[in-house]
Order: sequence, then structure tokens, then C-alpha cells
Amino acid sequence: MNDVQSAGSRTDEPLVELRQLDVSFGRDCVLRDISLSVSNGQTLAIIGESGCGKTVLLKTVIGLIRPSGGSVLFDNHDLSSMREDELSRERIRFGFVFQNAALFDSLTVGQNVSFPLRQHGRFSQEELKQKVLSRLAAVGLPDWVIMKKPAELSGGMRKRVGLARALVMDPELVLYDEPTTGLDPIMSDVINELMLRTSRENPVTSIIVTHDMRTATKVADRIVMMLPLARISFEDPQIIFDGTPSELTACGDTRVQQFVRGEAGERLMEMRQAENSYLETAE
Amino acid sequence: MPNDSTTHRNSAISDWVADWGAAVIDSITWLGDFGLFCGRIVWWLSRRWPKRETLLPSFYQVGVLSLPVVALTGTFIGMVLAEQSYWQFRQLGLQTRLGAVINMSLVRELGPVLAATMLAGRVGSSMAAELGTMRVTEQIDALSSMGANPIHYLVVPRVLACLLLIPALTVMADFMGVVGGYFYSVSLLGIDMHHYWYNSKQFVGNYDMFSGVVKSLFFGVAIATIGCYRGFHCTPGAEGVGRASTAAFVYSFIMILVLDLVIGILLNAIYIAVWPEGARLF
Repeated sequence: MNDVQSAGSRTDEPLVELRQLDVSFGRDCVLRDISLSVSNGQTLAIIGESGCGKTVLLKTVIGLIRPSGGSVLFDNHDLSSMREDELSRERIRFGFVFQNAALFDSLTVGQNVSFPLRQHGRFSQEELKQKVLSRLAAVGLPDWVIMKKPAELSGGMRKRVGLARALVMDPELVLYDEPTTGLDPIMSDVINELMLRTSRENPVTSIIVTHDMRTATKVADRIVMMLPLARISFEDPQIIFDGTPSELTACGDTRVQQFVRGEAGERLMEMRQAENSYLETAE
Repeated sequence: MPNDSTTHRNSAISDWVADWGAAVIDSITWLGDFGLFCGRIVWWLSRRWPKRETLLPSFYQVGVLSLPVVALTGTFIGMVLAEQSYWQFRQLGLQTRLGAVINMSLVRELGPVLAATMLAGRVGSSMAAELGTMRVTEQIDALSSMGANPIHYLVVPRVLACLLLIPALTVMADFMGVVGGYFYSVSLLGIDMHHYWYNSKQFVGNYDMFSGVVKSLFFGVAIATIGCYRGFHCTPGAEGVGRASTAAFVYSFIMILVLDLVIGILLNAIYIAVWPEGARLF
């Protein structure tokens, strides 16, 4: 496809490389022939409508979902063929921010943030506390939250605790799954700023899955847009755009522009057709 | 050219065959998946012992919190056995043999089975619900993403807690059942205490106690693995968590009954092989 362009990157060395990736659940194919490489230090945003397989892609990168075809290379190691214990060791180099934070509700905030440190290192209680407090301060949370349970926090605070937990091991690759979904505009911007600050202050590569255009254009230096397989023919690629934020706004593809501007387009026609066919059947 | 009714009958038969085929394939898949799950538990058990901070909450949940309900169940079962057996034995003039019947039934069968049933209801379904909620809210994925193995962190402590503490709970159920049966028989039904205990000692031996405890070990492992498996394979939503919890209890209960029969037959065979003289007394 002519619209697919490669964006510039900070270094040429790819940290993550997806090669002809296929993911299926039973007979349902979600990802088909996805090839993508993310350079060291790059911040990539993956956009697309709900159900297009963005989260599945993110979980395949970290090995939570095994691909049915193709391979996932992280720092030239093939994650898709690794044993579970090898994968666990490799995951120390990742940070994952979940859509709903996925904090352990039986643990306090302090225990949640220090969890990776306790799993993979030997630290005294005082060292753990200092590391947790510094990470919480970095995401703008006060000291007193350390003893709170996740259920006692607001959605924005939980997201920030999730971010602090993902960054506590100083990962090389941070994966964000819809980091601003369900937050008010101000809190969304706080999270955007935190992601920007993380990229600026640490030598990390980031992949952000989002359908929030503000997040994508503000935080990312490269954007990839995907379509659900149900909306494309067999020979069409699932990735319909790959470029910088400025190239996205100039892109001539109507599907890209509809998504960027938030226009329903042919979805309205589909809704009317579905309604009409229901009425005809009812009659 | 086949007529409509023949076509309809053929289609119904092929649907029936397809349904049965799908059910058989699902069962084989389920068995294979459950086998792999158990294999992973054994692998992690042999590899690394869980940390104290993950073991203690499971031990507290399984052991300490189950104790009152198991003790209460044991006491009442002992009393119910005394009440139900008394009138039958009295007609034969054998009411002094009541101690043997009550204590033998309790130590060999009812103590282990009821302690396991209470554990399946209280702990097995709660494990399924807790792990199911963790699955639905991506907490299990979060564990994996931080390089912790969910089987090692979540399942192994629960299996160990059930395996190591169910014998103690069984002994407690046996003891409380014996006390309940004794209290009801001697204090309320007026059976002579000396004969009650004499007959109990004549019939109930160490092997009976041993076989009850051995059975309980298998029950404990079955309850924990089924509860954790159902939780790990929970379908999304509140309904999925509810189903996982119910299925954990139902499957555990069926497994307890099946294991009770199979291990009972095996232990009896071992007893007969080792002590043929003792077996002849019965």
C-alpha cells in the first residue's frame, strides 16, 4: 500500500521486531501477517478502532499470548519459541501498564509497586520503601497512598500506581494498554505528560496502544494504524498507516482520516442497513 | 431422490453425531489441559519452594479459618450417627456396640469425606472465585508480565496448604465426631460408658485412622487443583466467576467421592495382603 511509510527513529537498532505475525483464537483470526519493527528509544503509538487486535498485539509482544504464526524478536531473541521460565526472566526487561491498572487488590499500593523488586531482587525493607516512595513521587502521588489498598484509590491514581509499578525495575521497553481510557481530560493529560517524561528521562522504548488521538499525537514519534480483519479483504494488509504524527494528518486514506476526525462514516450506513433488515424480518 | 422426511432424519442423525463428537473432543481437550496444569504444578513444586509471605496467607485461609466449620460438622455428624444407629441396634439388643459403629464410620469414611466436602465448599470455590476474578481483571497477566510465574505464585501455595493441612482437619473432624457421638450416646441415650469405649477399641484400629488420613491427602490435592484450574480458566464477566466457583465445588465433590471409592478399595486390598488374619476377623 502506498500510504504505508516508515517513520524516522532515534537509533536504527530495532529492539522489537514482529515478523509475519499471526494470532488466532480457535477459528477467529485476530492478527494476520503483521510485520513491524520498533527501534531503540522510539515511542510508537498503535491506533485503531475497538476490536482490531491492538491489545492482542501488545500481549503477544510480551509473550502473554503465543502467536499462531510468525515470530516476536526482542533484542534479537525469539520470544515466541522461549520456554515459560526463559520468558519470565526476559520479562524483567519489560514494563506493562494495563488498561485498568491490574493492581493486586489483596496487596497495598506499596506492596504492589515493590512486587517486581521483591520477586527479582534482595532489598532491605528500608531500601524497598525508598524505591517505592521515589517511584510514587515521580508519578505525582503522595507518601500516604503507600498503605492504601487499590480499591480505595480513584481511577487516575490507580493508573499512576500501575505506571509506577511498571517503571520500578527500570525497564527497556514499556507497553501501555489504553493508558488514558476512562479518565477525565485533565487526568488524561497528566498521564500523557508522565509518559512523555518517562521517555525523556529514561532510555526506554515505548509502545502505546490507544484510540485517543490526543495521546497518540502528543506522546508518540511514530504512529501505526490497524484495521479489524473483518473490515478488510484477504489480500489487504492489516496495518494501513505507518508514519509520524504530522504524516498522519496529511494522509490521504479516507479510513485514516475518518478515524483521526472521529467520523462514523459508513458505520452509520451499516447501522441503518442492520435496522432495516431487522424491521423487514419482524414484518 | 430422497424425500423431505428422509433428509430431515439424516440431518438430525448427523447433528446428533456432530454433537457427540464435539462433546468427546471437548472432554479430551479438557483432560489434556487439566493434565498439563497438574504437570506444571508438580514441576514448580519440585523446582522452587514458595516464599513464606505467599505460603502463610494460604495456610491461614485453609487451616485456621476452616477449623471451626470442620469441628462443628464433625460434632454433629457424630451425634446424628448415634441417634440414627441407636434405634436399629436397640431392636437387636446391641446398643453397647454403638461406639464401634460410630467411631469406625467416622474415622474411615465420614471424617475424611465431610472434612474434604467442607473444604471444597469453603476453600475450593473461594479459590476459583478469587483466581477467576484475578484472571478477569488481568491480575494474572500482570503477574506474568512482571516475570513471576502464576502457577508458582498463586497455585503452588494453595495446593501445599490443602495437602499439608487437610490431614489435621480430618483428624479434628474425627476427634469432634468421636466426642459428639460419645456425648450423645452416653449422656443422652444412656449407653454404658465402659462398653461404649471397649467396643470402640475392639473394632477401630490404627489402620482405620491411617486410611482416613491417607485418603484426605488425595482429597486435598484434588480440591486445590480443581479450584485453581477453574479459576485460571474462568470466562469473562461476573457470570464466568460464578460458574467457575460452582464448577469448582461440583467437580471437587465428584472427585472426592470417586477417590474415596478407589482409594478405599486399594487400602482394603493392601490391608488384606499385609494382615490376612486380621481381615478374616471381619
